[in-house]
Amino acid sequence: MVVWTESELSIINSIFSSLDYEDIGPKALCRCLIVYPWTQRYFGGFGNLYNAAAIKSNPNIAAHGIKILHGLDRAVKNMDGIKETYAELSTLHSEKLHVDPDNFTLLGNCLTIEIAAKLGDGFTAETQGTFQKFMAVVVNALGKQYH
Amino acid sequence: MSLTDNDIATVKAIWPKIAKVANEVGPESLARMLCIYPQTKIYFSHWSDLSIQSTKVKEHGVVIMKGLSLAVEKINDMANGLQDLSQKHAFQMRVDPANFRLLSQCIHVVLAKRFKAEYTPEVHLAMDKFLSNVALAIAEKYR
Repeated sequence: MVVWTESELSIINSIFSSLDYEDIGPKALCRCLIVYPWTQRYFGGFGNLYNAAAIKSNPNIAAHGIKILHGLDRAVKNMDGIKETYAELSTLHSEKLHVDPDNFTLLGNCLTIEIAAKLGDGFTAETQGTFQKFMAVVVNALGKQYH
Repeated sequence: MSLTDNDIATVKAIWPKIAKVANEVGPESLARMLCIYPQTKIYFSHWSDLSIQSTKVKEHGVVIMKGLSLAVEKINDMANGLQDLSQKHAFQMRVDPANFRLLSQCIHVVLAKRFKAEYTPEVHLAMDKFLSNVALAIAEKYR
């Protein structure tokens, strides 16, 4: 069972309430698809991913980026039950989408970098550590139903 | 995943800007790695202070950036250019190569928070490939 300190809960809530999901979601997903191009294989039905410019202007990718942030929001609103929150999504990613769970960490890294770019000096070492802990818990929960 | 001409050009274009703030980027990246991935502290157990304020951490962060500048200089043949560093990491320090990825993530975060919109996915990609290749060159002598 993951234990969160008051400080960690406060930091996570503060980060997410400072984010514009419609801006950062698309940016994080685009960054992932550009920096780690093998992740594009999961988006075969999303249209033109031919180059970075195409990825950045692809409306389906943008919409999915926003969806991902709203998905993370569900964990933020249920910090003591993240595993349960993502049970269905884990089964979906494993059995239907067949996403290699290592890729969840890659997307998490890209989101971390987008948040760092947005918050600048406000993204202290403590903030980064707490956010990466949160993403590690999310990634673990999403991988739980894989077998 | 070897470096293309475009990757090399991208790294060489941003490196002078990074070099200007190397004395801050290096220490901050190292300090973040030690704080966020405590298992990495094992390589620095001979220092009593591993906090962000530590003088030793600051000095070593600068040393790391000098190593990366050397890697940029030798970007076309890093395996040979970084031989001495590889010997050190392999035989003296015995650093588990998995840790290079952790330091790389911290470097990306520090560069992103400094350069913000300038740290585009394209620049991030080139830097990530560069750092991965540095890690490979450093691990060259491991076995």
